Amino acid sequence: MVTIRADEISNIIRERIEQYNREVKIVNTGDEASQTISKKSKKPQYSRFTQQELPACKPILTPGLVITTLISIGIIFVPIGLGSLSASEHVVEIVDRYDDACIPSNGDDEAAKRERLSFIQNAKTNKTCIRNLVVPKKMKHPIHVYYQLDNFYQNHRRYVKSRSDRQYRSPGSEGDTKTCAPESEVDDHRPIVPCGLIAWSLFNDTYGISTKDNPIPINKKDIAWQSDKNSKFGSNVYPKNFQKQDPVGGGKLNESLPLSEQEDLLVWMRTAALPNFRKLYGRIETDLEADEKITVVIQNNYNTYSFDSKKQLVLSTTTWIGGKNDFLGKAYISVGGTCLFLAIAFILTYVIKPRPLGDPAYLSWNLNSATR
Amino acid sequence: MSQQRPLLIPSQRTPGKEELPYTPVLLKSISENSKTFSRMDSNSNSQFENENSPLPDFIRNTSSQRSTSSIQSIYSKASSGHSPLPEFIRSTSSQRSTSSIQSIHSKASSGHSVREVSFELGSKPSVRHGSMGADSERFGSSYKEINDQDARLVYPNDPEKTNEKFEFARNSIRTGKYSILTFLPRNLFEQFHRVAYIYFLAIAILNQVPQLAVFGREASILPLAFVLLVTAVKDAYEDYRRHRSDNIENNRLGWVLVNDQFQQKKWKDIRVGEIIKVSANETLPCDMVLLSTSDTTGVAYIQTTNLDGESNLKTRYAKQETQMKNPEKEKITGLIKCEKPNRNIYGFQANMEIDGKRVSLGPSNIILRGCELKNTNWALGIAVYAGRETKAMLNNSGAPSKRSRLETKMNREIIYLSIFLVVLCTIISVCHGVWLRRHKEDLVLMQFYRKKDYSEPDVEDYNYYGWGMEVFFVFLMSVIVFQIMIPISLYISMELVRVGQAYFMIRDNRMFDEATNSRFQCRALNINEDLGQIKYVFSDKTGTLTENKMEFQCASIGGVDYSGGKAMDEDEQTGYSTRVDGQVFKPKMRVKVDPELLSLSKQKHTDEGRHVHDFFVALATCNTIVPLAVETSDPDLKLIDYQGESPDEQSLVYAAAAYGYMLIERTSGHIVIDIQGERQRFNVLGLHEFDSDRKRMSVILGCSDDTFKVFVKGADTTMFNVIDRSLNSNIVKATEDHLHSYSSNGLRTLVVGKRDLSASEFEQWQSSYEKASTAVMGRAALLRKVAYNIENSLSILGASAIEDKLQQGVPEAIESLRNAGIKVWVLTGDKQETAISIGYSSKLLTSKMTQIVVNNNSKESCKKGLEDALVMCKKLTNDSDTTRGNSGARTTEIALVIDGTSLVHILDTELEEKLFEVASKCTVVLCCRVAPLQKAGIVALMKKRANEMTLAIGDGANDVSMIQMADVGIGISGQEGRQAVMASDFAMGQFRFLVPLLLVHGHWNYQRMSYMILYNFYRNALLVLVLFWYALFTGFTLTTAITDWSSVLYSVIYTSLPTIVVGILDKDLSRTTLLRYPQLYGTGQRQESYNGKLFWVMIMDTLWQSVAAFFAPLLAYWESDIDGSSIGDLWIIAVVILVNLHLAMDIIRWYWITHAAVWGSIVATFICVMVIDALPFLPGYWAFFHVADTKLFWACLLGITIAALVPRFVVKIFIQYFRPDDIQISREAENVKNSRESRDAEIEMNPIFNPPRR
Repeated sequence: MVTIRADEISNIIRERIEQYNREVKIVNTGDEASQTISKKSKKPQYSRFTQQELPACKPILTPGLVITTLISIGIIFVPIGLGSLSASEHVVEIVDRYDDACIPSNGDDEAAKRERLSFIQNAKTNKTCIRNLVVPKKMKHPIHVYYQLDNFYQNHRRYVKSRSDRQYRSPGSEGDTKTCAPESEVDDHRPIVPCGLIAWSLFNDTYGISTKDNPIPINKKDIAWQSDKNSKFGSNVYPKNFQKQDPVGGGKLNESLPLSEQEDLLVWMRTAALPNFRKLYGRIETDLEADEKITVVIQNNYNTYSFDSKKQLVLSTTTWIGGKNDFLGKAYISVGGTCLFLAIAFILTYVIKPRPLGDPAYLSWNLNSATR
Repeated sequence: MSQQRPLLIPSQRTPGKEELPYTPVLLKSISENSKTFSRMDSNSNSQFENENSPLPDFIRNTSSQRSTSSIQSIYSKASSGHSPLPEFIRSTSSQRSTSSIQSIHSKASSGHSVREVSFELGSKPSVRHGSMGADSERFGSSYKEINDQDARLVYPNDPEKTNEKFEFARNSIRTGKYSILTFLPRNLFEQFHRVAYIYFLAIAILNQVPQLAVFGREASILPLAFVLLVTAVKDAYEDYRRHRSDNIENNRLGWVLVNDQFQQKKWKDIRVGEIIKVSANETLPCDMVLLSTSDTTGVAYIQTTNLDGESNLKTRYAKQETQMKNPEKEKITGLIKCEKPNRNIYGFQANMEIDGKRVSLGPSNIILRGCELKNTNWALGIAVYAGRETKAMLNNSGAPSKRSRLETKMNREIIYLSIFLVVLCTIISVCHGVWLRRHKEDLVLMQFYRKKDYSEPDVEDYNYYGWGMEVFFVFLMSVIVFQIMIPISLYISMELVRVGQAYFMIRDNRMFDEATNSRFQCRALNINEDLGQIKYVFSDKTGTLTENKMEFQCASIGGVDYSGGKAMDEDEQTGYSTRVDGQVFKPKMRVKVDPELLSLSKQKHTDEGRHVHDFFVALATCNTIVPLAVETSDPDLKLIDYQGESPDEQSLVYAAAAYGYMLIERTSGHIVIDIQGERQRFNVLGLHEFDSDRKRMSVILGCSDDTFKVFVKGADTTMFNVIDRSLNSNIVKATEDHLHSYSSNGLRTLVVGKRDLSASEFEQWQSSYEKASTAVMGRAALLRKVAYNIENSLSILGASAIEDKLQQGVPEAIESLRNAGIKVWVLTGDKQETAISIGYSSKLLTSKMTQIVVNNNSKESCKKGLEDALVMCKKLTNDSDTTRGNSGARTTEIALVIDGTSLVHILDTELEEKLFEVASKCTVVLCCRVAPLQKAGIVALMKKRANEMTLAIGDGANDVSMIQMADVGIGISGQEGRQAVMASDFAMGQFRFLVPLLLVHGHWNYQRMSYMILYNFYRNALLVLVLFWYALFTGFTLTTAITDWSSVLYSVIYTSLPTIVVGILDKDLSRTTLLRYPQLYGTGQRQESYNGKLFWVMIMDTLWQSVAAFFAPLLAYWESDIDGSSIGDLWIIAVVILVNLHLAMDIIRWYWITHAAVWGSIVATFICVMVIDALPFLPGYWAFFHVADTKLFWACLLGITIAALVPRFVVKIFIQYFRPDDIQISREAENVKNSRESRDAEIEMNPIFNPPRR
């Protein structure tokens, strides 16, 4: 007979037994007994997050809110619309399509077309063309001089992709012309700088503007983005082998100027989003008076005749909304007007047929029993 | 009595019971034994005094216990109670490690759930679920002899020879899926099981073809790479954790016999054929055949919590042939021939040749890895399956994978979207073809098509593949550009959202069961939203509606009803106890006793007394309960805890104990019962276990007076067939009456009978029993035949009635569910009267209902019964139709009660259709006496015909088939083990949690998920349409103004987070409202949040929004000097703002997280666009900064936003105002109430279950 070392064990046992007694119900069934005792409760910790009771804002569309929203949209939109319409009204724009006028033959048949092509592709023909324009309204400086090309897919996938931004940035990557095909290198495998179809097809018509008294200078500085000049095109990358080989697509570059200085190129390289686009040619820094007659001397070099394209010269002032465009103003006014109309309609329906919010009588099961 | 539910052992274990654990003892030795014991009995008290060695002594030399007397072994069992602390520590730690393995595993498998084939209706469940194989009553393999090819030969204590021919798996386990080398290929392989990824990959590969390269190469690979990487990292981490736990597991130490000495060896080095010694409370390292145990009779008790979750002790037996051997002294030679490793944890078949004798081994002779040895000091076994071949590892399979209905429905819309995609691509490619044709002449001049030297007539093609090919290429390219029309990110978002939803369900305090300390479990992650669309709930009764905590209520003994137990005051009751050697033994659970019966049980000599005596002896002996003595704080007091597999039996034994018939000790050979303070020993000569054919069990006892008795107890239906009515017909009749009244009170009843055997009868039985139990072929059938022979012409002793209490909150829950439009069906194995009475008490049936009972036993009568029922239904509904008009009375509710026998004739025949018709007209259907497979059959019937969502809820192994069959299977982690939980999609502690689960979480999940799907369609379609419109202005060449990176980041950064956050967090209605108006659940059932109409409305809305977003800038910048990159930035920002504001308009509850996600996404978009435009090597360098510098840009943005969203806003407010749905009304009510409450500062608790009457 050995006595138990009672003090040691029995304390432990006592604790355990108390637990047993507490859990006696569970123990009775013979299940989970040891687990319940041995494991601490697995009850999930209460937190507002886990119980999905986080404080929340739950707005509902009360009639008041709806009407306020619609009316305020109307109140904001209509003035903006009116403002932009009037801004658009204030824009003075001279648009002159000259591609047909500046070419000898204008027939629609094949022969005329061939003639046009041979004229434009022949480097020796005199392509100077003089256009007389009238200023309809007083134009305040700066007056932007744009050339506009229509139906010219500068956003054609093959066209857009045919460039090498690496090459334009640093002279070290001059051979990086893989993406430029087919205008990547000249026949003896020397790379073309700047390579690619976009640069190759550089627009090269020139405009000279004068009133009857004196020429109006066109400022061609800062027509390209400053960011392009600073970072995108290298100031130490010079044109090489450019337009040295048939076919010649467009303008040539001054090989002594780095790319970053060739602003026309930079403007042209910002490919347009849409098939009808304008590009900035320069700015006139003087005002033009109403009814003033101006003469534009155009060197019609650029070939748009091989595809159905149009060339236009645009002189335009700008406002905060950009050029002349009524769309935005009209759109704003119609959206604002619609909202005001809807607000009124909603007020009317609310007055004619009010429905109290949260009325249990409208619950489907209540409705059903009511109709039955 | 019709206890379909097995009394002793759930039916799935039946195959495991085909071989009886008891080794028959020769008649001679028995009579000797009984003589000695009868002597012992006569002076038992003194003898106990002498033989009893005190406990501490025992603790000191546990290992030398083998020779102590059997009386002592009861203390040895009790000894485990002596050192509770270490046991507890050890058990928890081991449990924890195993469970972590399992959980990881299940997570991993659910992570790949998409690739898993969803469980088909008709396929055999056994294919998928290992334990299901055991469900079939006749498990084929137990009948056939093991072929040599199919067998595994194990030479005990000779691992070299064992492993010589076949290298069996070592015991090291590897739950990790990958090694460092195989990780990359295997992980990628597994990930690409998802169709979505393959689509992704195909697109990315297409994009690598130079002619088709739309996006930059990196940009097209990036999203896929990102997703793959994230998943790979997750998998790698999980695998690392698995490896770590494997390592811990593999390096545990076990005692292995090496050179006739037990040495410690790491688990991973254990080999098949080695002899292993396991001590009490240790975990078993591998599957072993028991050789011997510390108990003289060779009993070992094991706890299988880690294997199947059942925490009660199971008995396993060593064969007598090996029990006597001590392998340290004498070499055990022999051969074990066992079946190939399989996952059936309840089945094992083997032969052992030992000492030239051939012994057959069954499931009761094997102990499995992961189990713990309890109440046995040590056990020796031969490793037969090790490592990955152990049954525990083979069963380590993940949760079942189902597909949610919403997802299935979604596939239809995905097909629409694909058609839409093809249409867009076709438009583009056809237009491109036309464009090429019209400009055919000009093409020669276009440098990007032909390289032409104008001076020469030769024309050289440049990347021009002819008209046809160009069109084809454009088609493929447009597929690449428009690829996100099929929202692949949706699949990933859906999984994330489901994880989030599961998190909230698991963490919900209201679904935590205090009693079992169990949280809600999400085992399947794919079907959260199905919970919001349930139309039918199929519920098990016992353990689901009721607690399955059985309480002995009353008894009918000898034709007299004793049911006064309830009247007794509990305080006065001390309960029965017995004193032995100054120690008091007490049953742990008190049972209310009938005083009259109590006094009767004390008088032995009256007729009634004898009857009562026999009755209680039957209750105390005819069972498989194991008594355990538990220490209490009072050193003199011990509680006897009855461990057993059937709660019914436990309650009966407790009842017997309360009346002074206390089961004290059980070994395989004998039982000791304390009868009114006097110990009596009965030799258990044979035991015919419960099976669902016989529905009864019997035990053959050798009594101290050399007589042999058979006690049988079982369900009334089968018992009355074997009771000899001529013996005492009055008692039989009275008992039948009592049974009827018991069962109509909702009590579970059992009938007890006995028969005295003459010596010749006994001998005859014994020889056949012996023959049967050693038979190699068809053992189970033979044993059953033996049982049939002995179980007849019984004299009735009485009947017992056990109450199965309703679980807390069940009636309220059922009412809520019914109000929610969910039809609740109860499928139970209980008999009709019991089922109906439970139906009433659970408010399933009400007195207003008309009951239709179909209770037939032939096909013709079933047909007639159903037809009658149909006529009656029609009549009742017509009546109510006519009355409805004027009186407004609600439709008469009909309840259908149908029983299993009728179902046999109905299911799988043409009568199914009729049953469906009848059932769909009924509000309640009660199916009683149904077999497990019938349960599944009924579920399948409704699922197939009604095309509605079904949910099955149950707790027992008999519900497994039903749970797997239903769309949503819920397991109750209750008393009957974890079979149901293992097979289920969700598991919880109580039936009443169904209400918050369905009405609250289900509703939320459904609303969230359906909104998210629609929104994702919209989101991606909007961008695709904007890209499409632009393609029309680029000569159909698919130039994108929006940069590649933006279109890639669109679904990754710009718009992904808000939809996920909203999918997880947004709530349309508060919990209180949802619970108060269960009818709100109908929105899910009627599929109001996701349907074709909503989809097409959404498409229309998307079209308008894309038109607004695209054409407004287009027209505003028409004929301007805008460049592609700038307008592209405008478009992407407009689209992102639209998409996020669209979501913001639909968000109902704004949490700070929602705010952060929505506004944060817009801010993130701006930042990303800026960053992209700050990269000088991209063509769009600095574009954003230029364009954002103009007022026009902002004017466009504002205009687009308002113009695009106004139609949606207006339609929304007009619908909300004129045709408000229930959710809208309730939302308003919530808000109105809130503002009123805050005004009045009045806090009112809302009664949760108080729905307005219809």
